[in-house]
Amino acid sequence: MNNPQLNKHGELQHLLSIEGLPARILREILDRAAGFLGSAEGNEIKKVPQLAGKSVFNIFFENSTRTRTTFEIAAKRLSADVVNLNIGSSSTSKGETLLDTVDNLCAMHADMFVVRHSSSGAAHLIAKHVAPSIHVINAGDGRHAHPTQGLLDMYTIRHYKKEFHNLRVAIVGDILHSRVARSEIHALTTLGVPEVRVIAPKTLLPTAVENLGVQVYHDMEAGLRDVDVVMMLRLQNERMQGALLPSAQEYFKYYGLTQERLALAKPDAIVMHPGPMNRGVEIDSSVADGAQSVILPQVTFGIAVRMAVMSLLAGGKQ
Amino acid sequence: MNIHIKNGRLIDPKNKLDARQDVYLSNRKIAAIGQAPEGFVADQVIDADGLIVMPGLVDVAVRLREPGYEYKATLESEMLAAVAGGVTSLSCPPDTDPPLDEPGLVEMLKRRARSLNQCRVFPVGALTYGLKGAELTEMIELTDAGCMGFSQADAPLTDTRVLMRAMQYAATFGYRVWLRPQDSFLAKNGVAHDGVVATRLGLPAIPVVAETIALATMLQLARETGVSLHICRISSAAGVEMVRAAKREGLKLTCDVSMNHVHLTDMDIGFFDANCHLAPPLRSQRDRAALRAGLADGTIDAVCSNHSPVDDDAKLQPFADAEAGATGVELLLPLVLKWAEQEGVPLVDALAHITLNPAQVLGVKMGHLSVGAHADLCLFDPAAEWKVEAATLRSQGKNTPFTGYEMRGRVRYTVLDGQVVFQQ
Repeated sequence: MNNPQLNKHGELQHLLSIEGLPARILREILDRAAGFLGSAEGNEIKKVPQLAGKSVFNIFFENSTRTRTTFEIAAKRLSADVVNLNIGSSSTSKGETLLDTVDNLCAMHADMFVVRHSSSGAAHLIAKHVAPSIHVINAGDGRHAHPTQGLLDMYTIRHYKKEFHNLRVAIVGDILHSRVARSEIHALTTLGVPEVRVIAPKTLLPTAVENLGVQVYHDMEAGLRDVDVVMMLRLQNERMQGALLPSAQEYFKYYGLTQERLALAKPDAIVMHPGPMNRGVEIDSSVADGAQSVILPQVTFGIAVRMAVMSLLAGGKQ
Repeated sequence: MNIHIKNGRLIDPKNKLDARQDVYLSNRKIAAIGQAPEGFVADQVIDADGLIVMPGLVDVAVRLREPGYEYKATLESEMLAAVAGGVTSLSCPPDTDPPLDEPGLVEMLKRRARSLNQCRVFPVGALTYGLKGAELTEMIELTDAGCMGFSQADAPLTDTRVLMRAMQYAATFGYRVWLRPQDSFLAKNGVAHDGVVATRLGLPAIPVVAETIALATMLQLARETGVSLHICRISSAAGVEMVRAAKREGLKLTCDVSMNHVHLTDMDIGFFDANCHLAPPLRSQRDRAALRAGLADGTIDAVCSNHSPVDDDAKLQPFADAEAGATGVELLLPLVLKWAEQEGVPLVDALAHITLNPAQVLGVKMGHLSVGAHADLCLFDPAAEWKVEAATLRSQGKNTPFTGYEMRGRVRYTVLDGQVVFQQ
């Protein structure tokens, strides 16, 4: 089975998932992102001409503000032409199939698709369908993957912790439904983090999750002890239906990240969150806005990482 | 019409026969084996040198998609596919649109099938009206119209009181109830086996307990009501073990498995191959091993194709959004041959799973080559190799997880009711 993300020379053709990508490609993306961010303290990113004349289509079958906006900014800083489509509200509701929509956009001479869809595997389907000259970036598919989020999280960790091989990382929350968690787990294990923990009640953990190379904790306090990085996940309100959790209050009481619990981690531990946050559900405001929080830098790094992915796919030299 | 089939290797599981013998067909029946009957003059001689001559296949799950889903497949296309696969008797589940819950629909289907004269069609009627799981269908009327049993197909029957009464009523008249065990709450929105693959790919999962809990309910109610029960498409090791124990206990129970599950596991989903989106889901390697063992020891009676043609638009979707099902009636024979070869099962035993045993599940007299039996036969070349591709399949459904696979065993002649209905 060939990895559909790589071309026959082992170069990145599409970015669909972190799983199966060699560490060298992950490092190349992080290094490239660092180049875009430069050494400036203000992390200001300059406009560069790498994607001049190329068209990037952001096709979002599911709502998103942050991810779509950062992709748009990233593409524009690379001088690409950007088209944003919120398909959720147009074609598919008129009965057009996903691939019909894609064919139509291909006919408009797209060079790159940034795709978000509520079903796992949607980006793979599109990547398999389009002409070899077109690149597909998965901006989140169902519960499966959100690789640029995983990469920007790795960028953030490397920025603050320098190395991966000596870290203990905890991912907290709804692992079962989270594409972010899956991409983070694959990225961390690929880059050599020796201990990755997941912390959640049994209803929010997928079967056999330990096979992904993680240690399972149900006890938040035990799981946070001596970790270097705490990665929080968003808890969707609909989890209260479907008998997964009794209430947001009870969840916060046992799994919410408070200052007291964070004190169990290493003193220099950083706190991350992919956003949007539910303050008072998975994270206390004092932690989200506290000294150990790196949640806002994550967003800034996200633009550089997405630029790096796009420029790598387009084959541009740094 | 007299046909002399000469020089073939004759395999008939019922009569435990595997020998080079000639077969003589006359008057739509098997007239003789070995020696020609007195005064026999052949109108047609088939030289079966190098071929295996066996009873026509009996497939207990072939969706013909009529009425209602003619854009997926038609009787014409699917019955041609069936005979191309050597199948001479098939049963179709009631999940058409409308479902097979009215005698008139069943009669019409039977009549259409008869007029095509390719394959015998034995419909399984709906157990409840509209497959809604609430009211019983007119089982006597449906039986008179030609139904061979009653089923919910893949539709849930969550009300256990309705299920018990359906079984009681069917048991009163000796009708067999066919059920696929799957708890609809535990399987809700699920599209893949609850294991490492679904976890990695982020696919909503169906746990094994969805099968075993439903199966436990069915077995308890069968014990209580005395109904003859046919368990459709068993998929898990735990399920096989429950069927084995229930049979040992003496329950009137038969069981089938789909050929897909004999050969594939959830690993075959790979990078979201929607052709592997099947119902029930492909399970783990341990489950597949147990299904194979269950076939070998007779716990599982029949292998079926679970033929479910799906149109491209419904398949070219992200995995979970794609419609479940795969075409397969043309692959049943080579896939059973492949299993037999891999497991070292003698052909005379292996072929029982696609002839005699499914005929007994259906309660029909087909599936064997005794003198006087219906002259339904399949002649195939066991050495012929071919590749599964859209172009080599006659079914209107071209989607199968076996696309690109090399198959060994190709049907050369299919004989129905003493007439050659397919030849290649």
